[in-house]
Amino acid sequence: MKARIIISLKAGVLDPQGKAIQTSLHDLDFHTVNNVRQGKCIELNIDEENEELALKNLRRMCEKLLANTVIEDYSIEILD
Amino acid sequence: MQNFKTSNIRAEAEIIAAHGLSEQEYNLIVKRLGRNPNITELGIFSVMWSEHCSYKSSKIWLKTLPVDAPWVICGPGENAGVIDIGDEQAAVFKMESHNHPSFIEPYQGAATGVGGILRDIFTMGARPIANMNSLRFGDITHHKTRHLVSGVVSGIGGYGNCIGIPTIGGECNFHQAYDGNILVNAMTVGIADKQKIFYSAAAAVGFPVVYVGSKTGRDGIHGATMASSEFGHDSEEKRPTVQVGDPFTEKLVLEACLELMETDAILAIQDMGAAGLTCSSVEMASKGNTGIELHLDCIPTREPGMTPYEIMLSESQERMLMVLKPGSETNARKIFNKWQVDFEIVGKITNTKRMVLKQNDSIIGDIPISPLVDDAPILERPYQLQEIPKPILKLEFDKDNESLFGTLTKLISSPNLCSKRWIWEQYDHMVMADTIAQPGEDASIVRIHGTNKALAIATDCTPRYCASHPETGGAQAVAETWRNLTAVGATPLAITDCLNFGNPERPDIMGQFVGCIKGMSQACQSLNYPVVSGNVSFYNETNGESIMPTPTIGGVGLISDIDNIAKTSFAKTDEQIILIGETRGHLHTSMYANEILGREDGPPPPINLDQERKNGNFVRSLIQNGNIKTCHDISDGGLLVAIAEMSLAALKEGRQIGATIYMPTDNIPPVNWFFGEDQSRYIVCANTDKTDNLIEEAEKQSVSTRVIGFTDSSTLTLRNSDAISIDEIMQAYESWFPAFMKD
Amino acid sequence: MKAAIIVFPGSNCDRDIKVALECSIGAKPEMVWHGDSGLPKCDLIVLPGGFSYGDYLRSGAMAANSPIMREVIEATRRGTRLLAICNGFQIATEAGLLPGILMPNASLKFICRNVLLKVESVKSDFTINYSKGDVITMPIAHRDGNYFAPPKELEYLEQNNLVAFRYCDSTGRPTTKANPNGSAGNIAGILNEEKNILGMMPHPERVVDSRLGGLDGKVMFECLLQQLS
Repeated sequence: MKARIIISLKAGVLDPQGKAIQTSLHDLDFHTVNNVRQGKCIELNIDEENEELALKNLRRMCEKLLANTVIEDYSIEILD
Repeated sequence: MQNFKTSNIRAEAEIIAAHGLSEQEYNLIVKRLGRNPNITELGIFSVMWSEHCSYKSSKIWLKTLPVDAPWVICGPGENAGVIDIGDEQAAVFKMESHNHPSFIEPYQGAATGVGGILRDIFTMGARPIANMNSLRFGDITHHKTRHLVSGVVSGIGGYGNCIGIPTIGGECNFHQAYDGNILVNAMTVGIADKQKIFYSAAAAVGFPVVYVGSKTGRDGIHGATMASSEFGHDSEEKRPTVQVGDPFTEKLVLEACLELMETDAILAIQDMGAAGLTCSSVEMASKGNTGIELHLDCIPTREPGMTPYEIMLSESQERMLMVLKPGSETNARKIFNKWQVDFEIVGKITNTKRMVLKQNDSIIGDIPISPLVDDAPILERPYQLQEIPKPILKLEFDKDNESLFGTLTKLISSPNLCSKRWIWEQYDHMVMADTIAQPGEDASIVRIHGTNKALAIATDCTPRYCASHPETGGAQAVAETWRNLTAVGATPLAITDCLNFGNPERPDIMGQFVGCIKGMSQACQSLNYPVVSGNVSFYNETNGESIMPTPTIGGVGLISDIDNIAKTSFAKTDEQIILIGETRGHLHTSMYANEILGREDGPPPPINLDQERKNGNFVRSLIQNGNIKTCHDISDGGLLVAIAEMSLAALKEGRQIGATIYMPTDNIPPVNWFFGEDQSRYIVCANTDKTDNLIEEAEKQSVSTRVIGFTDSSTLTLRNSDAISIDEIMQAYESWFPAFMKD
Repeated sequence: MKAAIIVFPGSNCDRDIKVALECSIGAKPEMVWHGDSGLPKCDLIVLPGGFSYGDYLRSGAMAANSPIMREVIEATRRGTRLLAICNGFQIATEAGLLPGILMPNASLKFICRNVLLKVESVKSDFTINYSKGDVITMPIAHRDGNYFAPPKELEYLEQNNLVAFRYCDSTGRPTTKANPNGSAGNIAGILNEEKNILGMMPHPERVVDSRLGGLDGKVMFECLLQQLS
C-alpha cells in the first residue's frame, strides 16, 4: 500500500523558511496570507496488507527517523 | 520504433533540424553508415557533432594555442590538463562552462557545473583540492539579476560544500551585456601521483566496460544541443532539459573511484558529462582505436521503460564509465558496494572500431566510431577582425571638482569592485584544512597536503578590453592571471581556459573569437605559460544580442615554500610604497571611464608582453627571496583602488594601516595617474633601508620603479592634503553587495 | 591516548581531524568506517564534520541511526570521551547523546567565517587548559548550526554550566551581532551532564597551524592528550 507522511514543525518553533516564503508571497501581492509553515511530505510504498500493522510500522519509522520529535509533528495517511 | 535491420527511411526535415543538424551533415551520416540512421543513431550523431561536443567552430583555432612546456605532462584533449609540480606529483586542472543551464535553472545549473568539472578531475586519478568560479551576471537593474546571483551562488555552495572540496576564489562581474546570458565558469584543481594518471583511451580488446554511479534517468536529454543553440523567447520551456545534481552521490563515487585507483584494476576511465553515455563510450573507443559494445539492458535506470535513445543521450549526473582489467571486476564491485554506488558491467571493448548497441540480444545501433569523432564537421567560419579603436581625442573629465577620494569611494563601492564577501562566505573555503589566506587575495593559495609547497590559482578576464579589441583583451586575460600568481610569489606554470562567445556564425563574433585566441597565443608564448585544457561556449546570445567576448583564463602556479609568499595587506607602518612598472595614465575602457564617465569607447590599455615578463620576474624574485612580504598587482580601478585594497586587507587582519601618497609629478593629470589601468604593474612595500637596493636591482633588469608614498596610520592621505579614513572606505566596500541582495 | 574517528558516507572533515590530532599531539587515530562493527577500544571518539548522507532528511539524522552508533553510545556510557564537531554535533543530538537540535541558520544561508567564542566552561577534559572567559577564534562552516532546545532544557544547560562555548564579540559579550546563525543563547558548543561529550559547531581542527588561521584548536587537543594519557 501507499502511504503519505506529512512532517511539520511543532507550533511555536521558529520557522525562518516559512517566514521567507510569507515575505515573498506578500511581495507578489498575496497580502491575505499569514502564518506560513514549511514542512515535508514523504511518500512511500509499504509491502504490507494489514493496514493496522502498516500504520504501526509507519509510526515507528516516524519516531525513529523521519521526524525529529523535539521539533516536529507527523501525520500518516494511507492512500490507495 | 524503426526496425533496425529492414527500414531505411530518410528522417523528416523537421527531425533533422530538431537534432541541430544541417541537411549536409545528415547526408554525410547516410554516406558513412551506408544507409539512413535510426532515431537512436541520429541522436548519437547529433550530440557528437554538436558544437558543444565536437568544437566544430573552434577546433582549427584552438590548435594554434601554445600547449607545450617541459612541465606539461598532458595538454588539451583529455578530461583535464596535467602538469608536473615536482616531488613525483602532478596538478590536474580544467575550467568548464555551464552557462545556458544556469540561466534556465540557476541552482541546479551551477551545481551540476561544479559536479561536472569535479568529475573531469578525479577521473584522471587526482583528488580535487580546490574549486574556483568565474561568474558574469547582467546589469544590477535587470529584473532577473538578483534571483540569478542568489541561485547560482547557492548552487555552487550547495554542491561544493557537500562534496567537501573548498571553493577558494573566483570573480563576479555585472554588465548589461550578460542580461540574457549569464556566464558560470567553474574550475577545479586536483593533485595526483605523477605515475598514476588515468586516461580514457580504451586500447585493450575484450576488456569489460563498467558503469558506476547514479542510475540513468531522463535528465538533460539534449543538453548538449541546447548549449549549442541560442535562447529565444521560449527558453523557459526548455526547463526539462536541465540536469539535477546529487553531491552526496558524487562524494561516494569520488571516494570509490580513488580507492579503486589505488589498485591497478583500471585501464581507462571517463566521466559521463555532456552527451552522457554516448560521448564517454565513443571517446574511449576512439582514443584506444578500438570498438565498443554496450548492452543497454544492463544500464542501471531509475525510470521504467527508457528507450535506447533516452539511455544513450541522458545527462544524468554522477556517472562514470570504466574499462577494467579482466579478473579485477569482483574486487572493484566490492569497493563500489561498500560506498553504496551502483556498479554494472555493461559491455566490452571490441576490435570492430564500431559502436554496437544491443538490447535483448538484438543489435539496435551500429555506428563506425571514426565518423563520430574524426568526421565531425570542422568548420572554417568566416571572420572579421576588429581594429584597435582610436583614442577619444578629448576624454572629458567633467568631475574636476570631485575629489579623488570621492571617486575612489564611488569606485570601491561599485558592483564590480566591491567586496564579494556575501558570495564567498557561502562557500566552505577551509575544508580539507589546506587553504592559505581567505578569498580576496590576488591569487588563491592551497597547500599541497603534507608538504610545505602550495598551488596558487587565479581566474581572470576583462571583457570590456576584449570588446574593445579582442586581441589585446585575450593577451591581457592571460597576462593578468600570470601577474596575479606572480604577486603572491608563485611561479606561473600553465592555464586552462573557458572561452565564452556569441554566435560563431556571425563573422564579427567569429572575429572576436579569433582575435582573442591570437592574443592569448602571444601571451602564452611570451610568458612560457601554455594552455593545458579548456572549454568553448558559443551561442551566448539572446534575440541577437551577444555577450562581450569573455575568454576566462584559469592560471595555476607553484609556490615552493609557503613561508615565502606575499600578501595584499599592508604589514606595518613606515614602509616605503613602491610602484613597479610604467604608468602612462590610460583611462579608456577603465572602470573610471565606465563608472564615473559612463563610457566604454576607446582602446584598451596596451600590453607589452616583454615588459610584463621582466616586471613579473623581478617582483617574483623579490618575494621568493623573502625580500618583500607585501605585494598587490594593479588591475581594475587603477593605482588608488589598489592602495585602498591594501589598507582594507590590513584592516581585515586587525591592523589599521593607511598610507600617504605623493601626487604625480609627470604631466599626467591626477585622475589618469590614480585611476588609469596601465598593465604590468605592482605595488610592493619595503623598509626604507632596503628601498635603494630594490630600485637599483630593478634598473639592472630594465624594470621601472617609483616610490609613491609610505605606509602610516589610519587614513589614506594625498599630499594635496585630501584624506579619507580607512573605516569609511571599508564601509563603502563592504556594504554595497549585501544591500543589493537585500540582506 | 587512543582515538577513533568515525567515517560516515559523506563525512568530509575526517582527514582534517586526523591530521590535526597527528600534528598537534602526535596521536595516531584509527579511521572507523560506519558500516564496520567492532569499535576499537579507545579514549576518544570523534564524530567529524561534513555532510553525512548529504544532510538529506535532516542533518545527521541518518548517520545517527547507523549501526556503529550503538557502540559509540555504549562507549560514551562507559566514560569514553566523544568530540562531536559540526555534522558530528548534529549526529550527536539526533542520536540523543546531547539535548536539542541544530536547525537551519537564521539567514537560511551556509556561512563560512571565523567567529569569536567565549570559553564558558573549563571543567571538562576538552577545555581544561583554556581560562574561563577566554575569547578564542575558530571558523564555522555550516548551514544548519542554529542550536535549539525546549526552554526547560536550555535552562538546565545554563544552570548546570553545560554550555562550553558561546558566540561573542571581541570583549566576550554574547551579542546578537556576534551570533552568526541565531542559536539560542548564542550557544556554539555544549557538554553532556557527565562532561565526557562535547558537541560544537565550530571547527577546532582548522586552527592548529599559525599559518592557516591560528592555534586555538590546538589547545583543545592538548587538553585531551594531557587528560587522557
